[in-house]
Amino acid sequence: MNPTTDPVLDVRDVHRTHGAGAATVHALRGVSLTVRPGELVAVMGPSGSGKSTLLALAGGLDSPTAGEIRVEGQSLGELDRRRLAQVRRRRIGYIFQDLNLLGSLTAAENVALPLELDGVGVRAARRQALAALDEVAMGGLGDRFPDQLSGGQQQRVAIARALVGERRLVLADEPTGALDSQTGEAVLHLLRTRVDAGAAGVLVTHEARHAGWADRVVFLRDGVLVDSTAPLPGVEQLLTGSPR
Amino acid sequence: MSIRHGLLALLERGQMYGYQLRAAFEESTGSTWPLNIGQVYTTLSRLERDGLVRPLPEGEGGQRPYEITDAGRADLALWFATPISRTDRPRDELAIKLALALTTPGVDVRSVVQGQRTATMRTLQELTRLKFASDRPEDLPWRLVLDSMVFQAEAEIRWLDHCETSLVRYSPPPGRPAPTAAEAVDRSDQEVRR
Repeated sequence: MNPTTDPVLDVRDVHRTHGAGAATVHALRGVSLTVRPGELVAVMGPSGSGKSTLLALAGGLDSPTAGEIRVEGQSLGELDRRRLAQVRRRRIGYIFQDLNLLGSLTAAENVALPLELDGVGVRAARRQALAALDEVAMGGLGDRFPDQLSGGQQQRVAIARALVGERRLVLADEPTGALDSQTGEAVLHLLRTRVDAGAAGVLVTHEARHAGWADRVVFLRDGVLVDSTAPLPGVEQLLTGSPR
Repeated sequence: MSIRHGLLALLERGQMYGYQLRAAFEESTGSTWPLNIGQVYTTLSRLERDGLVRPLPEGEGGQRPYEITDAGRADLALWFATPISRTDRPRDELAIKLALALTTPGVDVRSVVQGQRTATMRTLQELTRLKFASDRPEDLPWRLVLDSMVFQAEAEIRWLDHCETSLVRYSPPPGRPAPTAAEAVDRSDQEVRR
């Protein structure tokens, strides 16, 4: 949790507008953000503040109107569609609120899919997928279909899929969704562990309790970063209750 | 919350004498914090000693009004600008501080809200860190204590977010700032206690 190396994600003065003329919506207005290995950054803000737009841009799912986004030094705007898709598959893991698991594939097949799309052989992909499922305490359930799993188990599969392979940037959009507080906490625990092992993470959430898992918390309001929070030392005093 | 800063905030609205201050204080805090006149005069004389207020000539009724000094304004601004630490905070200081910030001229309520949210968020991060580090089964009692603090901090942040949203829609009525907003905050406090 002491990142000192080059950023995995570097968002530079990014603007994103939708529509034109009187109907123009400024989703982001000059946002800059860097996330280094071992660092988890939470993005908070009210609905419509631009949180999910920022995440979509960071993940190459959308492109900025102005500004630049680099993932592991590679500027996403310079890539053609094929190379961009490759970066998305190999370097970026996504955890969405709606899990986007394919109902016709088993848990292990869901996790193996991005690897297979990337040219990894079926057997090797399955082996890696089972290892990833093990890591999220889902060993032994790899052959079940999503509808045979609880909400929390499905979310674990989605996380295993996001973390499988060599991905170093993990983007999570309200990853605890409708999960109960214990299960949601377990999801954040997994994310934290993965980041501590060297990944860079961005967590979009409207719950302060979840943002508490991050090293840094940024607040978006109307497309602008208004506030940034890095923790301060001194919590021991708070816990012993001794006055200043 | 200190009575000192409460009185300074009231005097920032304009000069007042003891009984007026007492009435205004109780009005601002929705009578959740009754004050006797002795406390008001003791506090005023300490404020005067510290150069934060100064007495004015007696009025017709024989009452002596006080006004805030520049040093008093600086002290008040510092209070509004400094987030309250959870270690030494009486329960309702933050609510009262925001209510007063809303009705005190020249105070940027939004930065008070934002500064507090940043401070509380930091606390939340530290608590979570401690929780993450305490995951052995025998740590459960400790984790529950941490959880309680986590939920309190979370509730405070949610409330601050809510305040911020309300402030976006709020425009003070012309002339005297409206004490009704402050009363609303404190009235709800009273109802919770009932």
